Amino acid sequence: MKLQRHGAVVAFLAAGALLVAGCGSDPTPAGGGAGAPAAGGTSAVDCTGKKNLTAEGSSAQKNAIDAFIQAYQAACAGSNVAYNPTGSGAGVKQFNAGLVDFGGSDSALSKDKGEVDAAATRCKGNPAWNLPLVFGPVALTYKVSGVTDLTLNGEVAAKLFNGGITTWNDPAIAALNPGKTLPAVPVKVVYRSDESGTTDNVQQYLTAASKGAWTQGAGKKFVGGVGSGAEKSAGVAQATAATEGAISYVELSFAQDAKLSIAKIDSGSGAVELTTENVGKAIEGAKVTGTGNDLVIDLKGVYGTPAAGSYPLILATYEIVCSKGYDADTAKAVKAFLATAATTGQASLADAGYAPLPASFQSKLITAINAIA
Amino acid sequence: MTDRPVTGGPADTEPGVERGFPATATVPEGDVLMPDPGTEPDPAPPETAGATFTQRGDRIFRGLATGSGVFIVALIGAVGVFLLIQAIPSVLADKDNFLLGRNFDTGDPANLRFGILDLLLVTVEVSVFALIIAMPIGLGIALFLTQYAPRRLAKPFGYLVDLLAAVPSIIFGLWGILVLAPVIEPFAQWLQAHLGWIPVFAPGNSGIAGATVFTAGIVLAVMILPIITSITREVFERTPRTLIEAALALGATKWEVVQTTVLPFGRSGYVSASMLGLGRALGETIALTVILAGVQSAFSGSLFDGGATFASKIALAFAELNNNLSAGAYIAAGLVLFVLTFAVNAFARALVARSGAKA
Repeated sequence: MKLQRHGAVVAFLAAGALLVAGCGSDPTPAGGGAGAPAAGGTSAVDCTGKKNLTAEGSSAQKNAIDAFIQAYQAACAGSNVAYNPTGSGAGVKQFNAGLVDFGGSDSALSKDKGEVDAAATRCKGNPAWNLPLVFGPVALTYKVSGVTDLTLNGEVAAKLFNGGITTWNDPAIAALNPGKTLPAVPVKVVYRSDESGTTDNVQQYLTAASKGAWTQGAGKKFVGGVGSGAEKSAGVAQATAATEGAISYVELSFAQDAKLSIAKIDSGSGAVELTTENVGKAIEGAKVTGTGNDLVIDLKGVYGTPAAGSYPLILATYEIVCSKGYDADTAKAVKAFLATAATTGQASLADAGYAPLPASFQSKLITAINAIA
Repeated sequence: MTDRPVTGGPADTEPGVERGFPATATVPEGDVLMPDPGTEPDPAPPETAGATFTQRGDRIFRGLATGSGVFIVALIGAVGVFLLIQAIPSVLADKDNFLLGRNFDTGDPANLRFGILDLLLVTVEVSVFALIIAMPIGLGIALFLTQYAPRRLAKPFGYLVDLLAAVPSIIFGLWGILVLAPVIEPFAQWLQAHLGWIPVFAPGNSGIAGATVFTAGIVLAVMILPIITSITREVFERTPRTLIEAALALGATKWEVVQTTVLPFGRSGYVSASMLGLGRALGETIALTVILAGVQSAFSGSLFDGGATFASKIALAFAELNNNLSAGAYIAAGLVLFVLTFAVNAFARALVARSGAKA
């Protein structure tokens, strides 16, 4: 009697589980040729390498890597890349330990911390290259009732984030926004409470662009001295949307998802809106400070003296690869993935909130990718 | 023939009662203890074989049990040693007072300035607040399930409460910040407005509505409730029926029965259950990481402040750790949490032992 009763319950649960599984539908992977054709790069990639690559690192580029993986799977059927967004620090550590095939990091390998040497050891005595494949703009988002078209510059932004300006109707903000009524609401800064490369890049931008107004320095932890922290970009976007008078910094895709208002940045030649073209102009102005195929970029020039009409607040994430020292299968697979990412993978980046590579950069990257042995 | 009672061993209690022999057995003349030769088979070989087997099995079981105990102690010792080895270089390089400093700045490995006072205060306040909420509710649920509920209702209700323990803590964190915080915000504002003169209810430094110790404490209380309830329920069920029936026979009402028999009997179990819940609350990581807002000013003791606990501070930073000295600073914080939990558990055991000895 008891067994019968339990058996009925178990059968009911099993039937329910099967029903629910049947109701859901697996999303079909993007068919070949869905994206735009390759923009002047290598047209045929060598898919004969390792079928499953592993990678780990920065969470800021997770959505971009997902777009790249879709393009890679369309080009090489049956191949896959498993990317674990555990953070730049963890990514570099795992790459140097030889546990993943390439790493993703918000900052290039650091000589002072011994990362360059450790990577060279991992690559069997050959140097590791930092290849910037993903450029993303950082939006300055705000929520002030009645204000929809705000313009800020580096100095005013620095004062907002370090407590120099405490109400929204401050004359410094009004000077940049003539004709708009700003309410007397207190400024509430929202920052990333977890350590993040986005915070680092924003603080570097404020140091370079604020003409001395930002003296707190840079780093992965927010050091403005005021405000409240929320966890991860999703938390920051959600907190900004819920707090009246909030100002924060967050990657473009999160700002778009939460439908936040994004400020324009005036770097001396007029207010520049955050658009793909304006970000592309800024990327073109980035100087490569690495030697040869090691494409480490210095963004301080972009932050301090951006080109006219460019949106300066961008960050770059690097894929850290071995120049030589992979076994043959891994090298082929890494080359194939990166080549696809630099060409066909760029098509869907704009929708995901990133900026596609401008042509000059793309050619440098493709040269470097082809040189991986 | 007279009865000749054979005095047995040391357990002789009554005259005429000896071990192994009935009191009125008639014994033959002569040596009583000599077995009748020829009628009993030689028992030596089966007995020795049986004795060796029992001894071996005994030894194996004892070895396994001792080994498990030693293994666990060794494991905890190894964890402690690992924490110490990683933490000591960073604590020695710390330019700030480790126990009394309020900032946690590990960006520059050559200039470490970190102190755990704020972390300690936030951890203790949020855990104690959660315990203050969860203890009476857990006691009430356990009493209801064991004394007042009809038997058929008690079992499924008990399953439901245990189900709370199966919910992952990230779900609790998201529920807390997205659902609970807006709902209790009016009540929190009322407390700050009317009772703000009490330091605990003073307006806090968390700029994000609801991302406070208050919300986190309530969510933690919900998380530790199943632990307290299930153990207390077990203990209350073990109350001897004779005590309860005696109280009922003396004319006690239901509440008086509970008050005089169930509660005193189960008190030490209830306290140890609460201490288990407190241990869980002290170490809770992901729910607090999601709920508590980061702050740039010191903790003022108010329930409406934000901040970080030991565990959430480590969780917020560990992904970007890239050198041993910075990592060691966070591990030193973890070591303090380890010691704190150990001290709380030791205190709870002492409390239980003392009340047990009194009872």
